[in-house]
Amino acid sequence: MKFVDEYRDSTLIHHLAEETARLSQGRSFKFMEVCGGHTHTIYKHGIEDILPANIDLVHGPGCPVCVLPMGRIDDAISIARTEGVIFTTFGDMMRVPGSQGSLLDARADGADVRFVYSPLDALKLARQHPDRQVVFFAIGFETTTPSTAVTLLRAQAENIQNFSVFCNHVNIIPAIKAILDSPDLRLDGFVGPGHVSMIIGMRPYTFIARDHHKPVVISGFEPLDIMQSVYMITKQISEGRAEVENQYTRVVRPEGNVRALQAMARTMELRPFFEWRGMGFITQSALKLRPEFADWDAELRFQVPGIRVADPKACQCGEVLKGVIKPWRCKVFGTACTPETPIGTCMVSSEGACAAYYNYGRFSLAAERAQSLI
Amino acid sequence: MDSTNQYEQTAKMLDPLFRGHSKIEHARQARRNKFYLRDEHVTLSHGSGGKATHNLIEGIFAPAFSNPLLDRLDDAAVFMTGNGHMALTTDTYVVNPLFFPGGDIGKLAVHGTINDLAMAGAQPLYLSAGFILEEGFSIADLRRIVASMATAAHNAGVAIVTGDTKVVQRGKADGVFINTAGVGIVRTSRVTGQDQLQPGDKILLSGPIGDHGIAIMLAREMLDLECEIQSDSAPLHMLVAALLEAAGEGIHCMKDPTRGGVATSLNEMALASEVAITLDERAIPVRSEVRGACELLGLDPLTIANEGKLLAIVAPEVADRALVAMRAHPLGEEAAIIGAVQATPASMVFLHTDIGGTRVLDMLVGDPLPRIC
Repeated sequence: MKFVDEYRDSTLIHHLAEETARLSQGRSFKFMEVCGGHTHTIYKHGIEDILPANIDLVHGPGCPVCVLPMGRIDDAISIARTEGVIFTTFGDMMRVPGSQGSLLDARADGADVRFVYSPLDALKLARQHPDRQVVFFAIGFETTTPSTAVTLLRAQAENIQNFSVFCNHVNIIPAIKAILDSPDLRLDGFVGPGHVSMIIGMRPYTFIARDHHKPVVISGFEPLDIMQSVYMITKQISEGRAEVENQYTRVVRPEGNVRALQAMARTMELRPFFEWRGMGFITQSALKLRPEFADWDAELRFQVPGIRVADPKACQCGEVLKGVIKPWRCKVFGTACTPETPIGTCMVSSEGACAAYYNYGRFSLAAERAQSLI
Repeated sequence: MDSTNQYEQTAKMLDPLFRGHSKIEHARQARRNKFYLRDEHVTLSHGSGGKATHNLIEGIFAPAFSNPLLDRLDDAAVFMTGNGHMALTTDTYVVNPLFFPGGDIGKLAVHGTINDLAMAGAQPLYLSAGFILEEGFSIADLRRIVASMATAAHNAGVAIVTGDTKVVQRGKADGVFINTAGVGIVRTSRVTGQDQLQPGDKILLSGPIGDHGIAIMLAREMLDLECEIQSDSAPLHMLVAALLEAAGEGIHCMKDPTRGGVATSLNEMALASEVAITLDERAIPVRSEVRGACELLGLDPLTIANEGKLLAIVAPEVADRALVAMRAHPLGEEAAIIGAVQATPASMVFLHTDIGGTRVLDMLVGDPLPRIC
């Protein structure tokens, strides 16, 4: 298939792996792929089988479903159960467990929960059902934020009153900062998120190279993209450089997408702090609607409990999200926590490190390697 | 096949790792445990044909109705009568939309049941048809669906010999639901079934996968794509007859990978036969339109439903003959050998990826698309 097969060229991938092995000879490195999309590709295609054994990929917090704390899911379910509400969400969110079940359970119990592919579909539902309140469960990093922003602008322009947004958009940079400041983990470089960078550009990552002296390579999502990015990071280290480089030049512009950033700035502003699953409260790490959009803010329109719920004791999503442990080292991995009966969020989304591990089972070499490293 | 070595190498490489690693062994055991159904409500996932369906069946129906014929959990039950072996099966159709490119609910209802009989090695003879109609449903549409069923049955050489009709109030059903049951005469003397796989067997697939699921998805206008993918709905009994003729005793299992796709069907076999299966991703035929749609939606063609494809697990010595026979039939022109069976690690399915890595291939979890058949 055109524009896909080219990026899955086995010969090129193996060639890059050999070059990486040559550059990194005698040393071992830990690189974090920040984005859940990368984690998914790595497992789906078995990239770790091809990587040199001295390169370890650590999975980062860039899975939007995984980082949402239980309390927010409970809030969402509470809105969904409100009389007259049509609650819309992306498919992945349906199965994420709150403290009293998931949205899927709420739906089986009578709540009108529907899945949509875009917030604009939710707005369409609002137009079709003027007698109902349509709420969109907005989640995701900078990749999905612009579409929520555009939907809000349209709702405002058309003055659609029965539509609102339950905003849970988060920013990737504060999370990376939190990981770099965490004493748990030693990383040698970052595979930077491709789609997020398409919006925010390359500049926000500068501090990683400048202050922390770690290379960052913004990467695409095909196997060849990831292998090339790993090669580029290794090359930087071998040449004593720490810079922000762009492997995903076919999509990412250095300045990002200015119009998308403007739409975000018009509709949303930073929250002083926001809770991340397993990582605790991170300051200025999430967005809420601006006061001008209060009419479309579900948190103001509906009663939300807003109660902070502790993660289940057995669940180690926090450590997994920060890359401190490999998914299979979690106490409940694959036994009590599986994709069909998830305890932690990382087991729900296909971008979650645990689900990727479980479904695509990089049990084999990764398990052996991780054991020898830890 | 030159890939045989490759499969064996993978199995050899993985086996000690699986056995040696207690945590992973634990997870593998947990997968094989009898399932205790914890859900309080039926959710759409229970109808997906994937893991949740499996759990519902194992958790409720199988223990309640348990008997030697049912316990094999094959698509059709095969039993002895005065005149040899008979096969019996039933299936219910709730597809939405009722009409889609390449078929409709009526055609699907006939083909689906014929295929369940065919997978037991049976020549389908008679079908029943039960209709649940919603008040207000268009008679013209009903006429169209029934005509389509009649044509499908006629073309396949089976007769619809009994039926039933019920009407429910508006809102209590969605247009029309159809149940069909079928009986057939089993032609093979050898027992086939998903518990019959042997190490060394080859996995044959009759053609490109994912057409039906993606056709339904496009028909629901969930995707604004400018391409026409037709459902592959087709009766497979003649292809099965050709296969039986060519490979006879060497056929260990036949299955039509419907809901849950090839991944789910093969996992069920690996579990039932306690063997490992390794597939070569590059050998699996997928139409480029289907692949494109899957890439866009983040779906895996291996978990997408088919309605006219056949998986045959055959002994290595008859594999080439079976492949030739399949390719000689119009429904198997693009047939391929896509993998092989090994003894260990038991109950697991692996995929050699397009770029040369290896990963586990699990059953479908969750439901990407409810009500596809």
